[in-house]
Amino acid sequence: MTSPLQLKSVSKSFASKERPILAVDNVSFTLTPGKVTGLIGPDASGKTTLMRVMTNLLIADSGHIQVLGLDMATQGHAIQSSLGYMPQSFGLYEDLTVQENLDLYANLQSVPLEERPKRYKILLEMTGLQAFTQRLSGQLSGGMKQKLGLACILIRPPSLLLLDEPTVGVDPVSRRELWQIIYRQVADEGMTVLVSTTYLDEAERCYEVLLMHEGKILGQHKPADFNKTLTGRTFRLEAKGILYRQLLTQLEYRSDILDASLGEDNIHLISAADTPFDQAALLSDLRLLKHVTDLRITPAPAQFEDVFIATLKAQTTTLSPPKKIKTVINKTSPEDVIKVVKLERRFGDFVAVKGISFSVRRGEIFGLLGANGAGKSTTFRMLCGLLPASSGSLSVAGHDLRTASATARRNIGYMAQKFSLYTNLSVSQNLRFFAKAYGLSKSRQAERIQWALTTFELTDYQNSNAGELPLGFKQRLSFAAALMHEPDILFLDEPTSGIDPLARQEFWQRTNALAETGITVMVTTHFMQEANYCDRLMIMAEGQVLAAGTPNEIRQLATTDNQAMPSIEDAFIHLIEEHTPPQDITS
Amino acid sequence: MLQAIWALSIKEFLALLRDKRSRAVLIGPPLLQLLVFGYAATFNLNHISVAIYNEDQGEASRQFISQIEGSPNFNIIQYVSKNSDIAPIINNKEALMLIHFGPNFSTNLQKNITAPLQVILDGRNSNTTMISLNYIRSILFTFNQKWASEHGSKSLPSTLQPRTWYNENKQSSWFIIPGIIGLITLIVTLTITALSVAREREEGTFDQLLVTPLTPLQILIGKALPGIIIGLVEATVIIIFAAYWFDIPLRGNIGALYLGLLLFLLSAVGIGLMISTISTTQQQAILGTFIFMVPAVLLSGYATPIENMPEIIQWLTYLDPLRYLLIITRGVFLEGDSYTLLFPQYWPMLIIGITTLATTGWLFQKRVV
Repeated sequence: MTSPLQLKSVSKSFASKERPILAVDNVSFTLTPGKVTGLIGPDASGKTTLMRVMTNLLIADSGHIQVLGLDMATQGHAIQSSLGYMPQSFGLYEDLTVQENLDLYANLQSVPLEERPKRYKILLEMTGLQAFTQRLSGQLSGGMKQKLGLACILIRPPSLLLLDEPTVGVDPVSRRELWQIIYRQVADEGMTVLVSTTYLDEAERCYEVLLMHEGKILGQHKPADFNKTLTGRTFRLEAKGILYRQLLTQLEYRSDILDASLGEDNIHLISAADTPFDQAALLSDLRLLKHVTDLRITPAPAQFEDVFIATLKAQTTTLSPPKKIKTVINKTSPEDVIKVVKLERRFGDFVAVKGISFSVRRGEIFGLLGANGAGKSTTFRMLCGLLPASSGSLSVAGHDLRTASATARRNIGYMAQKFSLYTNLSVSQNLRFFAKAYGLSKSRQAERIQWALTTFELTDYQNSNAGELPLGFKQRLSFAAALMHEPDILFLDEPTSGIDPLARQEFWQRTNALAETGITVMVTTHFMQEANYCDRLMIMAEGQVLAAGTPNEIRQLATTDNQAMPSIEDAFIHLIEEHTPPQDITS
Repeated sequence: MLQAIWALSIKEFLALLRDKRSRAVLIGPPLLQLLVFGYAATFNLNHISVAIYNEDQGEASRQFISQIEGSPNFNIIQYVSKNSDIAPIINNKEALMLIHFGPNFSTNLQKNITAPLQVILDGRNSNTTMISLNYIRSILFTFNQKWASEHGSKSLPSTLQPRTWYNENKQSSWFIIPGIIGLITLIVTLTITALSVAREREEGTFDQLLVTPLTPLQILIGKALPGIIIGLVEATVIIIFAAYWFDIPLRGNIGALYLGLLLFLLSAVGIGLMISTISTTQQQAILGTFIFMVPAVLLSGYATPIENMPEIIQWLTYLDPLRYLLIITRGVFLEGDSYTLLFPQYWPMLIIGITTLATTGWLFQKRVV
């Protein structure tokens, strides 16, 4: 069986005002037929450009591409109609129902009428959308939309399927379902799939992985083979008497540690490649910290994420550790900075938030977890004063922000889920606007803008339009804008959605440092692993609180006889499934 | 807090002017509209196509025809020689009118007998027909006078000597171009402001704005200012064009004109922001703008006189800020009006502006939409 996709020395560059960008740099690879291959890489590494070149949406500058035995240079149009491609934002018609969307794509792909009912049945069953055929697709949750998009592509099963980050912004349950659909296609139809993703656990389940960085392919291996490159360099650090995230700040600047991140109830270490890891020195340094006991370092199996981070940290010479974030806070506020009692929000007949109660203490990182449509964002919007509560009471730093004077809003910083700064203003114009909007004095403005540019390493981009920044930099800019006025309380709505693991780590290092200065952080996330950075977390489903507590307490809820060490993700899925019986999607 | 409002206004300006396309929209179309409307929209008729069917071979008809030939309003396109040719010319719109001199036209006139002159007109555009008929009438009138004096018959008992005030040459551009000032300014400011909140809502930046200490009132002012300033600049450009390019006399007080413009812009911005606040997408905002624009122009008296509208419709025109501004611009340009004469036009616009802005503020405050 010949490979359905072969690339030889393919390059693609874009002209830009400042400098030409080589988005795809001399890329060659051959896809293994009948398997799922993952394409991973940090933001702006050229994944999407590569996808678009392979689908004839962009013309490569040089090189040779062969798709399904056809030559891109001469048969580009034939290629386009024979492969399946799902771009990042798939073109669902939001004003059409689920069924109408399926009909439309069946017509576009000229599927014979008599074959349709059978195909529809299979696809609807697989996606679990049977009950929603008459619903407008604009009213589906993020996960359901993606599943419908995938179903539309699969109406006529292509022999080569390209998926560009299909699981961004999709909750863990829907994510698992999407992957089940993909693997079933591979098994049933012998389809070859290339999928780009920022979720490394997904990449780990692929047959092969292509690692891309700055337009180049750094390697094509099976995940296990990637992991072998780190043998003997990964460790687990355990301790008692201290928060792991506090311990983490002590590990950031050691030359023998390449990377330290939070695992499930431990710290995961990667030692540096060139400097020998001095375990004894590290242990003796850490013993000096107050209250720390039971320090232990043991070798740990390498995870796929380690490979990604180790490879890229070695590649990126410019990435310096984030600078310490210093902020002054007002010590006089009460200890419970956020208090919510029986909060409810109704939209017509639909109850989005069903009488939830919780409180958040000063200096805490509080995580809000839940599937799409669980009511997280609604809760968030009520706390920020963007939406009135239907009933119940809430107070943020002693105020209800909806009714409080405008000055009360000076205490909070808000970072919305979607990038929400002014796209055609430059980076520094955006920062200046928010500095002024928060009423900072002239000298303070200049100081804070300078601070933001250097701390978030945005100096090189200060005159670029915010809309043209790579995703990771957009996220940095939003974070900087939310911190311009040094708020006491930070609301972060899915801040790490869609950004790569390196940027995500960097983000958590900053957040961690902020919490250390006494700032209260409230955060929602889809990445269950990130829940480990939270001091306490709350899991929501269908507007209700399923569980709340420290990460350890949450993990214990899912501890069973056959699962002694569940991860937060296991616990999350366990809780959701207990709450709603799972749909039979593998039948 | 003035600083924050001003920061918001500057942000609005930057958002508009940094984008090449929206910058082009602000400058190109208004100038184009000005030129197109200035030249194309005219009630005067030039080059009316005429066909002549002359059965008379005398001096009188030749004299009459030469007068038609000499007039810039007419263009003789064809001479017809038989009766059956008349209908196709009018039917196929080759000529708008046909003038028919009977066989005895000159003879009768020589004998001092009334000589009928037949004019056949294409009545499909009644307005144009009436105007062209009037032109023919005035040529006929001059012809009669001339004929009478030259042939020694008794002079006509009395003659009309019409004199038109304010627009001595009855140039319709004098009527239309001062109206364009209001029209184009309304289009530009309404579009800018209608998009301003809707764009932020669509892009998600509105939430980010609402969590800042800016109050709804401050946001409102910050968004209204750029609309008013851009509107004033556009209006000034058009006024300069009107006075120096189209040579419309500017007879009145400039201050009175700008006071009117300012109040007009206040009401236009109020309406634009109100549309923007109730729209959730930019598409809805543009649609809302057009739903308002079309009747606003029709009811303003820009093209058709308000006095001719049914009474109920006339009441509706009082809600239209463009109605008042048109009276002000025409008044200042052609009549030389000043503040006191225009006072009845000022205050209704002020009321419309305050009402719409207050409603917008209230909608902002509710934040429900």
